[in-house]
Amino acid sequence: MHWASWAAFFNMGGYAFYVWFSFGITAFCMLWEVLALRKRSAQALRLTQLLAQE
Amino acid sequence: MHINWFKYSSPQTFYPLAGKMIPWFAWLAVVFAIAGLYIGFAIAPTDFQQGEAYRIIFLHVPAAWMSMVIYIVMAGWAALGLVLNARLSAMMAQALAPTGAIFTFIALVTGSLWGKPMWGTWWVWDARLTSELILLFLYLGFIALQSSIDDARRADRAGALLALVGVVNVPIIYFSVKWWNTLHQGSTISMGAAPKMVTTMLTGMLLMALAFWMYTIAVALMRVRCIILERERSAEWVKQLSGADL
Amino acid sequence: MNNAWITVLRRDLLLALRRRSDVATTLFFFLIVSSLFPLGIGPEPAVLSSIAPGVLWVAALLAGMLSLTRLFATDYVDGSLEQMILSPQPLAFLVTAKILAHWIVCGLPVVLLAPVIGLQYALPNDALLVLVLALLLGTPALSLIGAIGAALTLGVRGSGLLIALLVLPLYIPVLIFGAGAVAASQHGMSAQAHLSLLAACSLLSIVLAPMATAAALRISVE
Repeated sequence: MHWASWAAFFNMGGYAFYVWFSFGITAFCMLWEVLALRKRSAQALRLTQLLAQE
Repeated sequence: MHINWFKYSSPQTFYPLAGKMIPWFAWLAVVFAIAGLYIGFAIAPTDFQQGEAYRIIFLHVPAAWMSMVIYIVMAGWAALGLVLNARLSAMMAQALAPTGAIFTFIALVTGSLWGKPMWGTWWVWDARLTSELILLFLYLGFIALQSSIDDARRADRAGALLALVGVVNVPIIYFSVKWWNTLHQGSTISMGAAPKMVTTMLTGMLLMALAFWMYTIAVALMRVRCIILERERSAEWVKQLSGADL
Repeated sequence: MNNAWITVLRRDLLLALRRRSDVATTLFFFLIVSSLFPLGIGPEPAVLSSIAPGVLWVAALLAGMLSLTRLFATDYVDGSLEQMILSPQPLAFLVTAKILAHWIVCGLPVVLLAPVIGLQYALPNDALLVLVLALLLGTPALSLIGAIGAALTLGVRGSGLLIALLVLPLYIPVLIFGAGAVAASQHGMSAQAHLSLLAACSLLSIVLAPMATAAALRISVE
C-alpha cells in the first residue's frame, strides 16, 4: 500500500475526475447491461408462460 | 470421459447448461476484477511521468483488447453457423455483438479520459483510437443489419456474412489508418504514451482482461438464453420449462 | 467473353439509358454536395485546395452510395434475380457484369466530372490529373464493396440508411488512399505509393467482393 490516506487515494494525485469517471462509466455500462438482460429474460419468460397457458 | 459436444449444439439442451454456467463465470469475473483492482490500485506503483492518471489503463487496454477479441470470436461463431448451418452458433454471434460494442465504447471513453490529462485534448486522431472508432461502426452495422431483418434465419446468415466481410477488412482498415496517421503527424504527440511496464502493472492489466473475458462469457450466455426463449417460443420444450426454470 | 455475362451487362446499361434520371441524380448530388463546402467554409483558395481531396472523395463515396439500393432491387422485384441465381452460370460471375454496369453508370460520370469541380477548388493541374487517376482506380472498389451491402440489405425496410451504415466503414481505406494521393501530389510528392495501394484495394475487391455479393444474394432471396 502506498497511499498515505483514504483522502489521498480518492484524490488520485489530482487526477480524481479522470480516473473515477473512467471506472464509474465502465461500472455503469456493465451494470446497465446485466440489468437490461435480466429484464429481457424475465419478459421473455413471462411471454412464454402466457403462451403455455393458452 | 467422453462428452458428446453435438448434444449441446441444440438450443434445447444448451439452454439449461448455459443457465448453470452463468453464475460460475460471473463469480470468476468478480474474483478476477477484485484481484485486478487490488493490484492496480494498491500495489502498482505511481508512474513517474503520468502520475496516478495512468491507472486508467487498467480499464482502457483490457477493454480495447476485448473489443477486438470479441469481434474475431463473433466472426468465428458466425462462420461456424454459416458453414454448419447451426442455429446456436449464429445465436452466439448475435449475443456477442452488443457486448463487443459496449467494450469498444468503454475503450473510446476511457481513452479520451486518459488523453485529456496526458495530451491536453479529449480526442486525438491517432491510429489506435481511430481504428477503435471504426470498429464501433462495424459493430453498429452488424447489430443494425440483424435487427432490421425480420426473418431470423436470414438475419443470422446475413449477419454472419457481414461479420466475415468485416473481419477480412479490419486489418486493411487498420493498415490504412496507420498509414494515414504517419502522413499527417503534424503534432508531436508520442503515442508510445503507455508508461514503461512494470510487472505489477502488466499483472493488473492481465487480471482485468481476464475479468472482462469472464464477464463477456457470462453476459453472452445470458443474452443467448434470451434469444433462445424469444425465438423458440412456440417449441414444446420451452412451454414446459417456463414454470420451474427461472 | 461469356454470352450471359454480356447480356446482363447490356441489359443493365440499356435500363440505365432508359431512365437517365438515375444517372443525373448521382451527378447532381456529387455536384451539389461539393459546391456546398465552399459556401460553408469560405472562398479562400488556399483553404479550399487543402480540403479539396477529402471533400471530393467523400462526395464521390456518398454519390456512389445513393444508387446502390437500386443495384439489385428492380431485378429482385421483377424476378430476374431469381433467374440469375438459378442459371447455370456462376452467380459471382454474373454479378460482376451488374457491378460493372453500376460503375459505368454511376462511377465513371463522377470521375469525368471531378476535374471540373477540382477547378472550383483551385487545384493545380497535376493534382487534377492525379485526382482523375485516383478516382479511376478507386471507384471500382467502391462499386464492388457497395454491391455486398446492396445484396445484404435487399428488400429490408430502411435499406438506404442501412447500406450507408454497413458500407461506409468499409470504404475508409479507399478514401484514405484516394484523398492521400491527391494531397501527396499537392505537396509535390509522388502519388505513386497511394495509387498502387488504391489499385491493390480494387484488385482485392474484384477477387473477393463478387463471391461475397453472390453469397449475400442467395441469403436474401431464399
